[in-house]
Amino acid sequence: MSLAMFVQHLFNALTLGSLYALIAIGYTMVYGILRLINFAHGEIFMMGAYFVFWGVTLFHLPWPIAVIGAILVTSMAGIMVDRVAYKPLRNAPRISALISSIGVSFFLQNFAIVVFSAIPRAVQRPDWLVKVIVIDKIRILPLTLVFPVLSFILMMGLLYVVYRTKPGLGMRAISKDIETSRLMGVPVNRIIAITFGMGSALAAASGIMWALRYPQLQPVMGVIPGFKAFIAAVFGGIGSIQGAVIGGLVLGFIEIMIVAFLPTLAGYRDAFAFVLLIIILLIMPTGLMGEKLEDKV
Amino acid sequence: MLRISDLNVHYGGIHAIKGISIEVPRGKIVTLIGANGAGKSSTLRAVAGLVHKSSGSVLFDGREIGKLAAEDIVKAGITMAPEGRRIFPHLTVLENLMLGAYSRSDQKGIARDIDWVYELFPRLKERTWQKGGTLSGGEQQMLAVGRALMGSPKLIMLDEPSLGLAPLLVKEVFGIIKTINDEGKTVLLVEQNAYAALKIAHAAYVLEVGSIVLSGTGEELLRNPKVREAYLGG
Ligand SMILES: Nc1ncnc2c1ncn2[C@@H]1O[C@H](COP(=O)(O)OP(=O)(O)OP(=O)(O)O)[C@@H](O)[C@H]1O
Ligand SMILES: [Mg+2]
Repeated sequence: MSLAMFVQHLFNALTLGSLYALIAIGYTMVYGILRLINFAHGEIFMMGAYFVFWGVTLFHLPWPIAVIGAILVTSMAGIMVDRVAYKPLRNAPRISALISSIGVSFFLQNFAIVVFSAIPRAVQRPDWLVKVIVIDKIRILPLTLVFPVLSFILMMGLLYVVYRTKPGLGMRAISKDIETSRLMGVPVNRIIAITFGMGSALAAASGIMWALRYPQLQPVMGVIPGFKAFIAAVFGGIGSIQGAVIGGLVLGFIEIMIVAFLPTLAGYRDAFAFVLLIIILLIMPTGLMGEKLEDKV
Repeated sequence: MLRISDLNVHYGGIHAIKGISIEVPRGKIVTLIGANGAGKSSTLRAVAGLVHKSSGSVLFDGREIGKLAAEDIVKAGITMAPEGRRIFPHLTVLENLMLGAYSRSDQKGIARDIDWVYELFPRLKERTWQKGGTLSGGEQQMLAVGRALMGSPKLIMLDEPSLGLAPLLVKEVFGIIKTINDEGKTVLLVEQNAYAALKIAHAAYVLEVGSIVLSGTGEELLRNPKVREAYLGG
């Protein structure tokens, strides 16, 4: 393989990895606070993608406005999911909320089939994202430069909120000891809503970029990326934001490189992620940066 | 200032608090003593809004707070240093203190109270950037008390602040409780160390399996033969 090819793969890997990482952050944050694996998170990703293309094609909004609007609407949807499906179960056994999240996942997929129709839709991409740039024999799709940068900015914004603001302090407190957080006057329900909102916003951003990278929309488009991002979060150590980012990047990297270097195995690229999950659960169940947890769901 | 009337708490089938009434006058130290499992912590946790009250009323400055959420009780002016300290081990000393001030937004007041807490507990000041989990037991207790003070409470509830501390530190903690009280905070103190608690308390209640069996001034209870036998080692 030539160096030029390798560099191209590298950019592809970075793009795929950052999109996984953005989704994985939502899994890990919700898990960190509620010890809940929100299986509806992949559907939130899907909704973000659909909303933006609704905005562009149906309402003829300019791209930036459609993107921001879709992210806002999707984070509202994420907060709603918590309110309706998880909040009533806060004091129930943990497995109840987990099952509820699987229900929400199916509900949202079917809701999307009704509202958006099951027929896959092609996505019209803005030219500047897909007009190949050639630098010294390296052919690069501009979006593979733009998306990792955007993802990086979003992640920095998230880390800022978590580590430098008051709601972030509340999140970090709740994730360790919810009752004592209450005692400190932390408005627990509001902080949980903010967490769902932010996680959903990142998933929406990822879904939008995903739809521009692989230009097709489908109600089930969130399932596989959702599962893989979940695996990335487990690999990084569920509950750890840094772990989710590293896990996402590693998973994207391995996936692209397997296809690039072992083309005969390309058909197994999805299976690979699940093999990775089994290996992690067997040899290091707490992941790279995870803490020892007494009981996992 | 605080009037608990006919409070009942159930845990499933266990009737842990059986219709107790307690009065905490403004500016005083009131202590609640009793054996393990008597219901001391349950009483404080009920006031703080952490456990469900089956019945009874809690009046604070004349206002019924029995139905408020924990965060609103903090806003109303009651904070607590819980049993077992419950500091956040993964957060720094300063972040722990800032959490105590979560319900406030008066930046100047918060800064002033941080200085005040550091003055009360100079050892915390030296450890501002240290993770809570790396503090010694005594330092963690000071952090728990300091954190409760950061909520700018009118009433501060302390659940066994001397638990597990060396005798010298116990003395220091009780000294600090007096200081806090002298500076205008009303204190509701739960203690196993009945002698030290009764010595600094203006009023005291003895709790036995969920009921108040005795009450009086600290001095009265110190002299009471039953209290001497049961809680002061004869
Ligand atoms: N969460 C709970 N679930 C069930 N029972 C509880 C719970 N918390 C306390 N109890 C029971 O309520 C009773 C009073 O407990 P509480 O913790 O209030 O006692 P305490 O006086 O603070 O004791 P200690 O001095 O040991 O701290 C005990 O019988 C205890 O077993
Ligand atoms: Mg207790």
